[in-house]
Amino acid sequence: MSTEFYRTGAPIEDGKAPDGVIAERWDNRRFAAKLVNPANKRKLTVIVVGTGLAGGSAAATLAELGYDVKSFCYQDSPRRAHSIAAQGGINAAKNYRGDGDSVHRLFYDTVKGGDFRSRESNVYRLAQVSVEIIDQCVAQGVPFAREYGGLLDTRSFGGAQVSRTFYARGQTGQQLLLGAYQAMARQIQAGKIEMHPRTEMLDLILVDGRARGVVTRDLVTGEVRNHFADAVVLASGGYGNVFFLSTNAKGCNVTAIWRAHRKGALFANPCYTQIHPTCIPVSGDHQSKLTLMSESLRNDGRVWVPLTGGDTRAPADIPEAERDYYLERIYPSFGNLVPRDIASRAAKNVCDEGRGVGPGGLGVYLDFADAIARLGRDAVAAKYGNLFEMYERITGEDPFETPMRIYPAVHYTMGGLWVDYDLQATIPGLFVIGEANFSDHGANRLGASALMQGLADGYFVLPNTIGDYLAAGPFEPLDDAHPEVADAAEAVRTRVAKLLAVNGSRTPDSFHRELGRIMWDYCGMERTDAGLRKAVGLIQALREEFWRDVLVSGESEELNQQLEKAGRIADFFELAELMCIDALHRTESCGGHFRGESQTPDGEALRDDETFSYVAAWEYTGDRPVLHREHLTFEYVKPSQRSYK
Amino acid sequence: MIDRGAATAPVQAPDQGAGRARTERTTATKGSRATTRYRGAVGKKAVMAVTGALMIGFLVLHMIGNLKVFAGRDSFNDYAAWLRTVGEPMLPPSGFLWIQRIGLLVILALHITAAVQLTVQAKRARPVKYHVKRRVQQSYASRTMRWGGVIIAAFVVYHILDLTVGVANPAGTAADPYTRLVADFQRWYLVVAYAVPLLLLGLHLRHGVWSAAQSLGRGGTARERPIKLFATGFAVVLVAGFLLAPVGVLVGVVK
Amino acid sequence: MNLTLKVWRQKNATSRGHLTTYRVKEISPDMSFLEMLDVLNERLILDGDDPIAFDHDCREGICGMCGLVINGVPHGEQRATTTCQLHMRHFKDGDTIVIEPWRAAPFPVVKDLVVDRSAFDRIIEAGGYVSVPTGSAPDAHAVPVPKASADTAFDAATCIGCGACVAACPNGSASLFTAAKITHLGLLPQGQPERARRARAMVETADELGFGGCTNIGECTAVCPKGIPLATIARMNADYLGLAATGD
Repeated sequence: MSTEFYRTGAPIEDGKAPDGVIAERWDNRRFAAKLVNPANKRKLTVIVVGTGLAGGSAAATLAELGYDVKSFCYQDSPRRAHSIAAQGGINAAKNYRGDGDSVHRLFYDTVKGGDFRSRESNVYRLAQVSVEIIDQCVAQGVPFAREYGGLLDTRSFGGAQVSRTFYARGQTGQQLLLGAYQAMARQIQAGKIEMHPRTEMLDLILVDGRARGVVTRDLVTGEVRNHFADAVVLASGGYGNVFFLSTNAKGCNVTAIWRAHRKGALFANPCYTQIHPTCIPVSGDHQSKLTLMSESLRNDGRVWVPLTGGDTRAPADIPEAERDYYLERIYPSFGNLVPRDIASRAAKNVCDEGRGVGPGGLGVYLDFADAIARLGRDAVAAKYGNLFEMYERITGEDPFETPMRIYPAVHYTMGGLWVDYDLQATIPGLFVIGEANFSDHGANRLGASALMQGLADGYFVLPNTIGDYLAAGPFEPLDDAHPEVADAAEAVRTRVAKLLAVNGSRTPDSFHRELGRIMWDYCGMERTDAGLRKAVGLIQALREEFWRDVLVSGESEELNQQLEKAGRIADFFELAELMCIDALHRTESCGGHFRGESQTPDGEALRDDETFSYVAAWEYTGDRPVLHREHLTFEYVKPSQRSYK
Repeated sequence: MIDRGAATAPVQAPDQGAGRARTERTTATKGSRATTRYRGAVGKKAVMAVTGALMIGFLVLHMIGNLKVFAGRDSFNDYAAWLRTVGEPMLPPSGFLWIQRIGLLVILALHITAAVQLTVQAKRARPVKYHVKRRVQQSYASRTMRWGGVIIAAFVVYHILDLTVGVANPAGTAADPYTRLVADFQRWYLVVAYAVPLLLLGLHLRHGVWSAAQSLGRGGTARERPIKLFATGFAVVLVAGFLLAPVGVLVGVVK
Repeated sequence: MNLTLKVWRQKNATSRGHLTTYRVKEISPDMSFLEMLDVLNERLILDGDDPIAFDHDCREGICGMCGLVINGVPHGEQRATTTCQLHMRHFKDGDTIVIEPWRAAPFPVVKDLVVDRSAFDRIIEAGGYVSVPTGSAPDAHAVPVPKASADTAFDAATCIGCGACVAACPNGSASLFTAAKITHLGLLPQGQPERARRARAMVETADELGFGGCTNIGECTAVCPKGIPLATIARMNADYLGLAATGD
C-alpha cells in the first residue's frame, strides 16, 4: 500500500480491555477500577465539553457523585444540543414484548450491523447498560409512548427483527435530552455544575502529558480564557458537517476533538460515515442543511422510481407496471427495511442510472398510497402525521396526495477519537464519549442506537471508569502563568487573529460549500482510489486558498458568527484530508465505507477480514499521519458477509 | 431608516456569571401562605378572579332589582326603601346597605390594586416596544380589559353620584329613586352615557369570566369552548338586563 | 422574488438599535427564511458590511435556537412553525418584511437579532426536574402510567424553549413556557412528590426574573411552534394555588 499519504506506526492495544466471559467483563472492570473517596470527590474538577445526550448525562451524573463539574456548550442553552433532533427512538434489551430479545441479541445485532468493525466487549456492555437507561429516563419523567395498559410501547426499527425501540412520538431525542438537561439543571441549582453556554472550546491544555483543561472563547464577548480541571471529557458530537450539507445542526463541528487530536489523541476510523437514506432532497444552491425524515417511514412507505430514465410524468400518472420498487425487488426478505447503508447506496445507484425523480434527478419516491389504502388515512396520520406536516412545510407538497421524495444525506459519523474500554483517549485524563468517540458502532450504526450509546456513556459508563483515573488526583493546581497553559492560550489568540487578518475575498461559507462538494463527490456514498487521491489534492489546494483568501468580517471582541464559522471550517479542512486518507487506505468495503473496487458481483459491499479486521487509529504529525492498528477479534459473533436478500 | 424605541432602556440582564451560588429562596419562610402567594402574578390573578366573581354576583342581584322598575313607581321605590331597612332592628338603619357597600369597596380595591400591579409588571417586562406588532389571536374583549376597566370604574363613580347620591341627577337629590331614574333616561344622551359603559362591562365580563376560570385552574382544552360560550351568553344577558330599564324609559314603557 | 427587508440592527447590548432597510433579489420560494438571510449576509460580507447576527442551529424546528419577530408575529404568520421552517413561498414578490428580535426585559438583546434567553434556564433550574440521581431508578414498568396522562404530558413536554410565547405576550409573560414544564412533570406519577414545590419555585422565579403575569389573552399559544395549549397555564395556576386541577 502506498505510503505517499501516511506512515505506519506500532499497533496499539486497549489496555483496559477486560477478559473472561463477555457477560462478566463490565462487572469485572467496575470492580477492578479504583474508587475515589467521597470526601475527595469535592476536590476534583471535571470539565465536560458539550451538553448533548452524552455530555449532559455525564455532567449531571458526575455532579451527583460529588465532583465539581464545569460544562460548556456553544449554544445559548445546554438544552439545544443536536441530540434534540433525533426522531426515531432508543434501543434497549428489555424484552418487554417477550419476542425473543435479550442482551445477547442486541449485542449480536449491533456487532453484525456494524459490519464486524467494532469491539465485542464494548458492544456487549452497551447492550447490558441499555436496560438501565430506560429505567433512569422513565424515573426522570421522560414521556415515552405508552399503551392503554399504562406500560411502555415499543416498535421495531431500522430492520430489527424484535420490537426493542422505545420512543416518544417522533421526538425521542428531544425528550431524552430534556431529561438529561433537567438533571443538569438540578445540579446547576445545587452549585455542582458551573455552566458556560455560548462558549466554545478552542484548545486542550496539556500539562505533563495529562489533559488538564481547555482554552475557550466566550462567543458573546470574545474573551479567550483558560479553565482547569483534573480530567477533561469531550462530548462534542460528530463531524458530519465536513460535508457542509448534512442532517447535523449548523453549529456542529469537529473543533474540540480535532484540537485534542492535534495534541496527541489518536483519531479512529474517520472515514466511517453514515449516510441516511430518508432525507428531503436538495432544492437548490441556497440549501443550508438537510432534513431527515424518520426511518420509521420505511415501515409503511414503499420506495420506487420509474422503470425507465427520463420519465417526467407526475408520479400518480405512472402505472404500477412502469414502476420499479427496487428495494423490494433486490432484497425480497427485508424489502424497504434494509439497513441504512444499503438503502442509501441503492438510491444512489438508481439515480446514477438516470431514474431519479425531482429537481436534478436526485431523489426517489417514498410512497404511502398502499399504506393509506390498507390502514386508512387516519391511521397513517396518527403514525406519521407530524412527519408529513414537516415534509409539507419544507417542500410545499402533501404526502397524502403525492409520494414523498427522499434522497440520502450525511447523518452520523461512526469515527471519532480513539478510546479504550474506559472511554479514555490516548492522552491521560482525556475522556471522549458519545458520537465524538469511535467506540461502539463499528463501520455502521443501527437505527435508535445513537441515543442508546450517548446515554450509556454519560449516565453509566464514564462515571464508573473516570474514577479509576481520578483516584490518582487531585493534580497540581494550575494558573494562567504556567508555561504550557500560556502557550495553549497564546496559540488560540494567534489563530483567531490570523483568521481575521487574512482579509481576502471569499466568505467562509463559500469555502465550506466547496469543501462539502468535494467530500460528497469523492468521499461520500461510494469511494474509489482515483477519486480519493484527487480529493486529497483538491482539499489541500482549497485549504491553501482558504488561508490566503478568506474574508472574515468583524472583530474578535464581539459576537462574531463568521469568525466562529471560519475557525470550524479551518479544522474541517484538516479532518477532510484525514478522512480521505483513511478511506484510501481501507481498500475493503464495510458498513458506511463503500469502496467501488471492493464489491460482490451483484454490487454488495465486500469486506476483507484478512487484511482489515482492525481499527485504524491515526496520529497527527503535521505532515503525513501515522497509522496505528488495533486488531479486532471476534469470539462470540463470527464475522459473516451481511445479507439482507 | 426608522429610529424609534431605543434599545437602551434600563434592562436588568440576567446574571451572566455561571455557577455562582444561587440565591436562597425566601418564599418558604416569610409571611403567611396567602400573602406569599399574592406576591406572584398567579396569586394576583387569583385575587382578581375571586373578587371579580363576587362583583358579578352583586351585578346579578342589582340587575334583577332594577327590573322592579317595570312593576311601577311604588314597587320600585318600596324596593329601594327596603334595601335601607332590611335587617332592622338587628342592624341599624341602612346597616345592610353599608355592609354591602364596604364589602364591595374592599373587593373593588383589591381587584383594581391587583390589576394595576399586573399592568406595571407587564410594562416593566417589555421596556422596548416592537415597531410592528400584529395581534394573532387576542379578542377585542381581552385587549380592552385594562382601559375598559378604567372606564367602568369611572362610570361607577358617576352612577353613584347620579342615582344613589343624586347630585349628578337632573331631578336632584330630593327626588325619589324612581323619579331620578325616569329623569335620566328620558334624555337620550344619558341612555347612551349608560349604554356605552355597559357594553364595555359586557366585554369585560366576556373575557373576565373565562379568565377567572383559567386563573383559578378551572380551564382546560375541553372546557375552553363551553366556558367561553357561557361567558358570552352571560355577558349578553346581564347587559341586556341592565339596558331594559333605560330603554324602557326612553321608549315610554316606563313613565 | 425581490423583497425589502427592514432589519433590527444593534451592535451590542448597550448600544442603541434601529431598523435598517435592505433589498434582496432573486429569492427562491423554496428557500427557508434563514437561507434568505444567509444570502443577504453573504452579500453584506463581500460588500464589507457587518453581516446580521441571528441565532439558529438545527434548522429543523426542534432546537429552539432560532426566533425572529417577522412582520410583528414571532416566527412569522405561518402557524405551528419555527422561523427556520418558514419558507419563502409564503411571501410575495415585492413584499416588505420587518424583522425584529424577541423583546422582553428578561431577554436582553446581545447583538442584532440575537437575544439572551438564559432566564428560561433559571426557571427550569428552580425546579423543572424530577430529583432522581442516576442509578436509583426502579424498573421502568414498576409504575404504569395511564396512556392519556402520558400523551398529555408529552404534548406539554414538546416545548422547545424558543421564547416565542414571551415575545408574543402583551405582558411579556413566561407563563406558557413555565406551565408546559409544570404540566409535563405534574401529570406523571414520577413528578408527584415535588409537584407543589416545583410549581411554587418555578412561578416565583419567573416573576423574580422580570417576566410579566398571564392575563389569559392567548397570543402565546397562537404563536407557539409546538401548539402548547393554554390548558397548561390553568394547570400551573391550580398547582401554584394548591387547588386540584380539572380537565386537560
